[in-house]
This record gives sequence, C-alpha cells and structure tokens, in this order.
Amino acid sequence: MGFKKFLAKRAITMFGVLMATLLVTIALVGANMDSISKQSVSLEVRQQVTNNKSLLASFKTTDQLNSYIDNQIKQKITSLGLDRPWYSPQRIGLSMYKILTLDFGHAKYLTSDSGSSDVKDIILEKLPKTILLFTTATAIVSVLGIFLGAIAASKINSKIDKITSGFAIVSSSFPVWWIGVLMIFVFAFLYPIFPARATPEVPASDPGYLGSLLYHMALPLITLVLIGFGSWAYLVRNFLVGVLQEDFIMAKRAAGIDEKRILYSHALKNAAPPIVTVLALSLSGSLGGAIITEAVFDWPGMGRLYYEAISVLDLPVIIGATYVLTAFFLASVFVADVLYGYFDPRVRRE
Amino acid sequence: MSFSAKGIWREFSHNKIGMTGIVILVVLFSMSVIAFVTIPVDNFKTWNDPASWLLYPKSAQPAWVNYFQSEKIPEHLILSPQSMSQQLGSVYVMTDSFVVNYQYDGFPSDFIYQYDIKYSGSPLLQLSVTRPDGIELSLLSTSLPYANDTATYSSMIFSTQNVISKNIANVKSKYSFSFDDLTSEKIVFSKLDENKILKGSYVFRVHVYDVSGKPVLSKSHLILGGKVYGMMGTDELRRDLSVGLLWGTPLALFIGITVSIGSVILGLLYGVFAGYKGKATDEVLMRFNDIIYAMPALPLLIILAVTIGNSIFLMVGFLVIFGWVGIAKVSRSMALQIKTLQYVEASKLMGQKDYKIIFKHILPQLLPYAFASIAISVPAAITTEAGLSFLGLGDPTFPTWGQILHDASSYSAAARGMWWWILPPGIMIAITGLAFVFIGQAMDIIVNPRLRR
Repeated sequence: MGFKKFLAKRAITMFGVLMATLLVTIALVGANMDSISKQSVSLEVRQQVTNNKSLLASFKTTDQLNSYIDNQIKQKITSLGLDRPWYSPQRIGLSMYKILTLDFGHAKYLTSDSGSSDVKDIILEKLPKTILLFTTATAIVSVLGIFLGAIAASKINSKIDKITSGFAIVSSSFPVWWIGVLMIFVFAFLYPIFPARATPEVPASDPGYLGSLLYHMALPLITLVLIGFGSWAYLVRNFLVGVLQEDFIMAKRAAGIDEKRILYSHALKNAAPPIVTVLALSLSGSLGGAIITEAVFDWPGMGRLYYEAISVLDLPVIIGATYVLTAFFLASVFVADVLYGYFDPRVRRE
Repeated sequence: MSFSAKGIWREFSHNKIGMTGIVILVVLFSMSVIAFVTIPVDNFKTWNDPASWLLYPKSAQPAWVNYFQSEKIPEHLILSPQSMSQQLGSVYVMTDSFVVNYQYDGFPSDFIYQYDIKYSGSPLLQLSVTRPDGIELSLLSTSLPYANDTATYSSMIFSTQNVISKNIANVKSKYSFSFDDLTSEKIVFSKLDENKILKGSYVFRVHVYDVSGKPVLSKSHLILGGKVYGMMGTDELRRDLSVGLLWGTPLALFIGITVSIGSVILGLLYGVFAGYKGKATDEVLMRFNDIIYAMPALPLLIILAVTIGNSIFLMVGFLVIFGWVGIAKVSRSMALQIKTLQYVEASKLMGQKDYKIIFKHILPQLLPYAFASIAISVPAAITTEAGLSFLGLGDPTFPTWGQILHDASSYSAAARGMWWWILPPGIMIAITGLAFVFIGQAMDIIVNPRLRR
C-alpha cells in the first residue's frame, strides 16, 4: 500500500469518526433540543401577536385569538421543519450540513465577552485561550521530559532513573484536577502568590490584558507541567532504552563515538517516531481533559465553556463545542497517524 | 506463551512492587468490609440528609491536630450517659449523668442536651452541672407537656436559652468578674477569679421526676461544641468525613473493578472474534473499533451523564463503552498469532465449532494478559468517575471520593484553607490507583517477558 493510499484511508476513517461523534451527540440531545426550539417558537409568535396592537384589536373573543396564535405557531414550526421528529433523515441531514459549515446557530443563554450570542463567535473567542494554555504546557512538558528521559535512559537503574520512574508512576495516579485544587490551596491561599481564579479581571481591550492573562495562566500551567513531565520522561526513557540495546548503537560505541553524542544524536533520532506520535496524541488527549482542568482553575477556554454550557444545558453551544473539540482531537490523531506512517513504513504495509 | 497459575504466582510473589500493590489492596478491601459491617447500608441515604448530622460540628478539623499544638483546641464531644433510676416513695427518678474530663485550652462553643423521652403524666426535667471545684450549678428545670397516655417527646436544650443564663446569674456572687455579655458556657466552664477555662472533671446531670409512671430516656446525648472532631474532621454540612471516606472505598473499588472487568471481557471477546474470523468481519469490526477509539471520551461521557442519567450503575456502563477499545485491538492481534498455531488448525480440521475453538483454545491463552489489563485499567476508571463526580455529574446519592471533592470545591474549601476536606479524598484516589498500577506492572513483566531487563 502506497503512502497516499494509506493517507486517504486514514482521512476517510477520521471523517467517519467525526460524523459518528456528531450523530451520537445529536441523537443524545436531539429530543431536548426539539422541545426547547418549539417552546421558543411559540414564545416568539405570542410576543409578535401581543406587540401588534391593530392585529390584537381585530379579534372579538379570546378563542379567536388563541386559534389564530396556534395556527401561526403551527405554520412557523412547519416552515422550520420542526414538525418532523429530530431523527427524520431530512432534519439530521440539515443539522449535520449546518454543523459542517460551522453554522452552529445562536446560544440560548451564554454569550461571548463582547456580547454576541452566536456560537461561532463564542467558540472563536475561547479556543485561542485553550490552545495557548495546553500547547505551552505540552511544549514545556515535552522538552523537560525528553531531556530527563534521556538522562534516565543513559544511566539505567541509577538513582535518577529510579526517581524518574517512581515520580512518573506516582504523579500519573493523582487526578490532574485534584492537584489543581491543591495548588490553589497552597499558592493562592496559604502563600498568596498567584490568583485563585484564572480569569483575568481586566477587559480584553485593556493594554495590560496580555500580561494579566499570562500571570493568571501561571498556576494552571505549573500544575499541568508538574503532572505531565514525569510520565513523559518515563515514556522517552523506555523508548530510548529499547533503541540503546540495538546493534548499531553497539557498533557506534565500538567505533569510539562519544556516549553523549550516541545518546542525543543517534539514539534519540531513532526513538523520534514513537515520541512524536505520542506527543501529538497527548496534545489531543489534554484537550479532552481540559474540561475539568479549566473548570477547576476557571480558565476562560473551551473546557470551561463546555462545562458552563452543560450546567445550563445550552444545547447549540454543547453541539458546537463537541464538534470543535472532536475536530481538534481527530486532527491531532490524524497527524500522529501520518507521522508514524511516514517514519515507520511497516505501519503502512499492514 | 503458556502460563500456569502457580508459576505466575511464584514469579509475582518475588516482585516487591507487585506485593506492595497487593498489600495496599488488602488494606482497602478490609476498609470496605469495615464500612459494610460498622455502617449499615441504610445509612447511605442519610449522607445527604442534613437532619441526621445536627449533632456534629460545622467545618471542624480532625481531632489529632491537637497533638501538634501547644494550645489544645476544644474537641467537639458527643457524650453518652450513665443511667440510673430509683423510686422515692411515689416518685420515680431517672438520672442520666455525663462525665467529661475537660483538658482543652478554650471554652466549648456551646452545649446542647438532646433527648427522647417516653412518659405519662407531667414529669419534671432538671439539668445541672458539678464543676471540678465542687460547685454545683443548676442550669434548667422544666416540666414536660402533660400526656394522658404514654407519650414520646423529643426535644433539645440549648446553652443559648435565656433560662439558663438567668439561672446561672443566681451564683453571680461566687465569681469575681461581671457576667455582662458572657454566654452561659463561658461562665459554666470558667475559673472563679478570672474568665479563663477551668480544666478538670465536669459532671452534667439530668434528673427526670415523674409520679404517674416510670419515665424512660430512650435517647440522651450531651454535646459540647468544639472546633475539632474525630479522625477526619467534618465538612461545611456537619458531615463526618471519616464516614464518607470509609464509604467511598467500596464504591471506588466497585466502580474500578466492575468497569475494568466489563471492558476487558467485552474487548477480549470482540477482539478475539474479529481476529479469528478475519477477512470482511475483521475489517468491519475493526473500523467500528477505530471509530469508538477516536471519539473524545470525556465530552461524550458528560453528555451521556447529562442526558441519560447519572446513577452509579449507568456510569459504570458508560465507562465500559469507552474502555474496551484498546483491549480489543491488542487481543485481536494476539488472536491472529494464536490462530495460526498448529493445534488450533488441527482442531479446526477435526471440525470443531468456532465458538468452541475460541473459548477452549484461544481465550485461555489470553487470560494472563486479561488479568494484567484488568489491573491496569482500574485507575483510569476510578479517576474518570471521580472527575465526573467532581464536575457535579456523579450520582449524588452515594458519597464517592469525587463527590466529596465536588462538595469541597462548591463550598470553596481550597480558598478557605480547609485542607482536611481536600487532601484525604485525593490521596485515597491516588493510593487506590497506585495499588492497581503496581499489580498491573508486576503482571505486565510476567506476561511480556521482553520487558524484563
């Protein structure tokens, strides 16, 4: 199988996953969504009629008025296609098409900081903050992890190796959000160095906004790095240990090449494919975990938006955010797949 | 690729990390047994019922913090009585006495007497206290509402009641300071010459006099209010955290183990079936597997919990939906290897049925791997459930550790410095996870000999 065919196959699978996730989401929230939109239609019609004084005066009895309103509501529901249940093929097709074209509609309760209730605006406002926090954290974690992992791998069973492995296992069994709560307790309450809430107080138009944002980002960033780098170092170490046992490393050693050079330029290069793949995967994984982490720190990103949308059941926002989160998740899974296929031809040949 | 149970155990018992995991697990299981024995299952329901925690202090630290302090913080004491009854002529007298050796460096915040009494007629109830210096203070005497027949009456006497401060004012002359603005407990527990705590043994006595029959005090507690309580302290809603933490143990083990066993069984059968059948079946099953594998689990779990329901059993089901995929992938590739082995081919040629080959020849080979994956997938199940509960999407009727942390964060325990509310649940989650990680690692080394170095 050629690389192009491999790519095409992966892309099709990913698209299928995206559609399946959307379908599941719509199926889960569809019934609720229907009743909510019907309610809002009838409310809208009633308001229109009561606001129109001359129309109101033309009715003699309340029965007439009520039957007129009911009629109007029915017409509107039919014109919007709400008379069919949410699982009718037309409705699902229409909603899928709308979502694919990034038309998520309007939020029921939530608004963006600038006051817009368009779901697209809200998501575009929150997304950069999540990317800022989690990409920075992943970058720091991977640099620290690769460095520490290389040191541990070059001295197997030494003290530093054992500490790294131990730290990796222990730190990965604590939930990130619990460490977050602890960090708030220690660094915002016991020693008030950082703010407890990560939402900057100054408005986005203020010139000091970026500085304030970075200052508020410190605590969640430290937490993510603290929890993340141990298991990263452990992973890199395991990959490197495997490579360091290969024959070609023996040959380099026999040729008298400096141990440091073997480690950093030869071994690390060969261990790169799995490392890069896991890096891409962990970035996408952290996006999913962002929901709880951002809720703990009150970081104004996608995760908190998602959490807020769920607590008030703002369905258009939930669907939009699920779509964007899934798309990002799949994009990084796809990148990971492609990188792996590129670096390791055996995968393509399966 | 063949293992005997004995051989595995022999190797396992030599693995220090694995044995540490086993020891932790045994401790956790005995905690669960203790929870079931000491606290009846019916009490589960009282966790969220504020009425059942009235006797407990609000946001009290654990009692053992006093060991690290030179000034002993008053402990919240719930005292049980020594009962005595006698008959003087035609009068029945019930006496409940509460003895307390008060050695703390502060006044109790208040005292409350709570009682249930069964009587007929109109009994008289008297509450008095004998101080370490021998002075006896009469605090209150009240007659209970008249009852024709036998009646049960329950009530409480609070130290803040005006009657008590009026009664104490009768002994004003013995004290050398004025009683202005002082609450009753600050006088009862005070030295005579200055308003400081008088340490020593106090005896509170409750007398009930009745002429028409023998009264019975079915419930009788004296509560001395304090700032520390019990092993683990209490939360903002006066709940004893040691109870919640103890109950959380069987719940976490149940969730973790059920989810992992469920996912492993499902994944194993799915993967082996796909691998054994091969061809189109394999392709279709694996594409479906890919789809579930690539779905973002947490957002979907949240939507499921919000739309379908959040009972603990549904949660287990949801977690299984996303738990089996990885195991299916691995067991498929293992099945692919095993199915080419000669003895499998032989039994196929002999006309053995497919399901018999799968259950008799392939699955047993995968058992060690299955056990290792059960152990490895437990921590993820526990932390995910805790995370969902922490977001407020868990089953509110059960006090899981995540639920306790959710309550802590909704009362902003971190910002108020209530460490005893935040630390223990998280540590318990981590310890439970660690036990399974240790066992899983040890199993992994046995199952994958290549990892041995």
